[in-house]
Amino acid sequence: MNDTGLGFSGVLIAVLGGAVRVGTPFLFVSLGECLTEKSGRINLGLEGNLIMGAMSGYAVAYLSGSPWLGVLVAGTSGMLLGFLHALLCQQQRVNDIAVGIAMMMFGTGLAFYLGKSFIQPVAPRLPAIALGGWSDSAVVRAALDINVLFIIGTLLAVAMAWFFRHAKWGLLLRTVGESRNAALAMGINVHRVRLYATMAGGFLAGVGGSFLSLYYPGSWNEGLSSGQGLMAVALVIFARWNPLYCLYTSLLFGGAAALGPALQSVGVSGGYYLFNAAPYILTLGIMMMTASSQQRCAGMPGELSNV
Amino acid sequence: MNTVSPYVLEAINISKRFGELIALDNVTLKLRAASVHALLGENGAGKSTLVKCIMGYYQPDVGEVLFGDRQQAITQPHDALLLGIGMVYQHFTLIPNMSVAENIILSRPRLPLIIHWRKEMAELKRRMQGMPFQIPLDAPITSLSAGEKQKVEIIKQLLLNTKVLILDEPTSVLTPTEADEVLGKIQTMSREQHLSVLIITHKFREVMNFADEVTVLRKGRYVGSARVDQVSPPILAAMMVGHEIINTPLQRIPTTNPRPLLKIADLKVTDDAGVTALTGLSLSVNSGEIVGIAGVSGNGQRELMQVMAGQRAAHSGSITVNAEAYTASRAQMRRHKFHCLPEEPLRNACVASMSVADNLAFRRFDRPPFAVHNGLLNRKAITQRAKELIHRFAIKTPGPSTPVGNLSGGNVQRTVLARELADEVDVLLVANPCFGLDFGAVADIHQQIMAARNRGTAVLLISEDLDEILELSDRLLVISNGKLVHETTPEHAELTTIGKFMAGH
Repeated sequence: MNDTGLGFSGVLIAVLGGAVRVGTPFLFVSLGECLTEKSGRINLGLEGNLIMGAMSGYAVAYLSGSPWLGVLVAGTSGMLLGFLHALLCQQQRVNDIAVGIAMMMFGTGLAFYLGKSFIQPVAPRLPAIALGGWSDSAVVRAALDINVLFIIGTLLAVAMAWFFRHAKWGLLLRTVGESRNAALAMGINVHRVRLYATMAGGFLAGVGGSFLSLYYPGSWNEGLSSGQGLMAVALVIFARWNPLYCLYTSLLFGGAAALGPALQSVGVSGGYYLFNAAPYILTLGIMMMTASSQQRCAGMPGELSNV
Repeated sequence: MNTVSPYVLEAINISKRFGELIALDNVTLKLRAASVHALLGENGAGKSTLVKCIMGYYQPDVGEVLFGDRQQAITQPHDALLLGIGMVYQHFTLIPNMSVAENIILSRPRLPLIIHWRKEMAELKRRMQGMPFQIPLDAPITSLSAGEKQKVEIIKQLLLNTKVLILDEPTSVLTPTEADEVLGKIQTMSREQHLSVLIITHKFREVMNFADEVTVLRKGRYVGSARVDQVSPPILAAMMVGHEIINTPLQRIPTTNPRPLLKIADLKVTDDAGVTALTGLSLSVNSGEIVGIAGVSGNGQRELMQVMAGQRAAHSGSITVNAEAYTASRAQMRRHKFHCLPEEPLRNACVASMSVADNLAFRRFDRPPFAVHNGLLNRKAITQRAKELIHRFAIKTPGPSTPVGNLSGGNVQRTVLARELADEVDVLLVANPCFGLDFGAVADIHQQIMAARNRGTAVLLISEDLDEILELSDRLLVISNGKLVHETTPEHAELTTIGKFMAGH
């Protein structure tokens, strides 16, 4: 092949663009999970929030004509699921992992049930900012179409990192997540803090879902999510419960997911399915790397071990 | 201070019951301003319950708490905080993943919505200069030693302009030297800065050296209060226990033909966090000898015990019993008559929900006569054996079928003791055998350990209670930072030297 050089720089650009495009839902879900886990609770149900968000966002955008209203509704649906999760978790002898799995199936099933009639129609898409206008190459332009949600997510990651350190409620949230007893001794209502954290986390996961249906891939169908909501949990562990690291690892996962399509676009089709499996392999690898019989995860909120 | 200062805090006629249990029965405690008051009592005497009533964790059923000269409704810990009553708990309430500064800021009753760290740090640094201890503000709590954490807890309270400071067993994690430093500074502060201090303790030495007044509780009842200069340790002990304590001195029979039974060579072990807990520890214990390992908790004692008991894998090094390699397998334990009394026996040596009889049978349930050839259990034999042991070791239990978790701490310890010491024992490992037990149980357990030694058992005793080690050991080792740093005998031991080594200097 005589255009190999150009092809592979094309792959690189496509992977970078893909990292942003595919990574955005990861970013929102992982920030949501990070926020929830910082309060001392794991929400495995965010996959359900994601799919519910994708469906409701798409439906509302289609019916109202406004993609941003869709995003808002998607977040709200996620927040309601988070509310339900929190409500169940604060009952006596209820395990957050079990509730999370139930909520995941509930959210997914509900979205499929309600979303049947929205598979065909086409909803308006979220706008993107064309940062690649200077380039003649279509590949570069496509890669540098940055969605507004990604920018919001990036700012949110920075804001969350600041919030955890500098805001009163950030410190209190961490206290609740580190030690329930210390929080109780300070007169903090642990249930309420976790309720808000789970709802806010659910909202973000819902927004992440709306990105899937309203921007990339940009349609609603039942195979839309491929486990991003669950992988985000692994991602938070990898990110050591740090919102900024959530941003980086989301991009890493996004890039891994974009590898397959990017290679295919330059004609490398061998091992296509193998490359598509990259994010899953990455998840497994991270889990194996961070798991240790000898060592506790550094940075892990203290209350998470009390399952 | 010669003049009698007024009371700053009074808990009057407090009663509190939990279901059937009467935790406090008409107890009164009066704390004078600018003084140190000791609250003395055995475990389960109601000291913690009383303090929790003062702090607002519990509401007393009867009685009232007066602060200053007014009755104050303290219905939750936050109220106590606002009144200027601060408490340092026995178990640290610091948040390990946060820095010293974050922990201090968090303890404020009212936090600003946004924390301006630069301003706050400058302010904290300035105020730290007036504090009795210095701790780096940026350090994460996980990097601090137990003693430093205790100091942070105290500083945290002092920075809140606390008027009444309550300390719950403040020296249990400190070396003797650290304990003297902390209590000495607290005493000075009480006089110079008008701080009123209530110390919960069971150590007479601390009462005699650092307190002005003392109140004694026994089994939830008020026994009496006195000025410390008018009492002596024997009087206090009699008040605590309710009768004169007759101490049967331990009989130490000289050992004939000692031979090394337990040898540990260059043992390296990592803890749960992956940090090295033991850095090449070597020791040997002879038959008919008690070797005591003294040290502040968290210096590798727990990991050493866990390796010996088979609860943790060693990183490198060797353990030899009877000149054979030992890897804590069941067969080896049986062959070498290797027995263990781990700390917190209910957690480390019992299944709480299983019966006393079953727990007593753990070592031998799969051997005849307790098991028949095909592996079926002979319940009758197990129960019979349990009855014998319950009688011989005076275990107070409703019966052999009672779940061991229902017994009192002393009787759980006796159950494990019965299981481990009933038969011939060559090597015995003991860790903090008397945590939370009353005088009677402690004396009893000490007698048993000494008796085992006199029968020729090699005993390795790991304890955070230096007095216990001095009393029981033939030889004394000091552990610090996962290393043995000092060896002596109780006769030649010097408290200050041992304290220095414990602190790692």
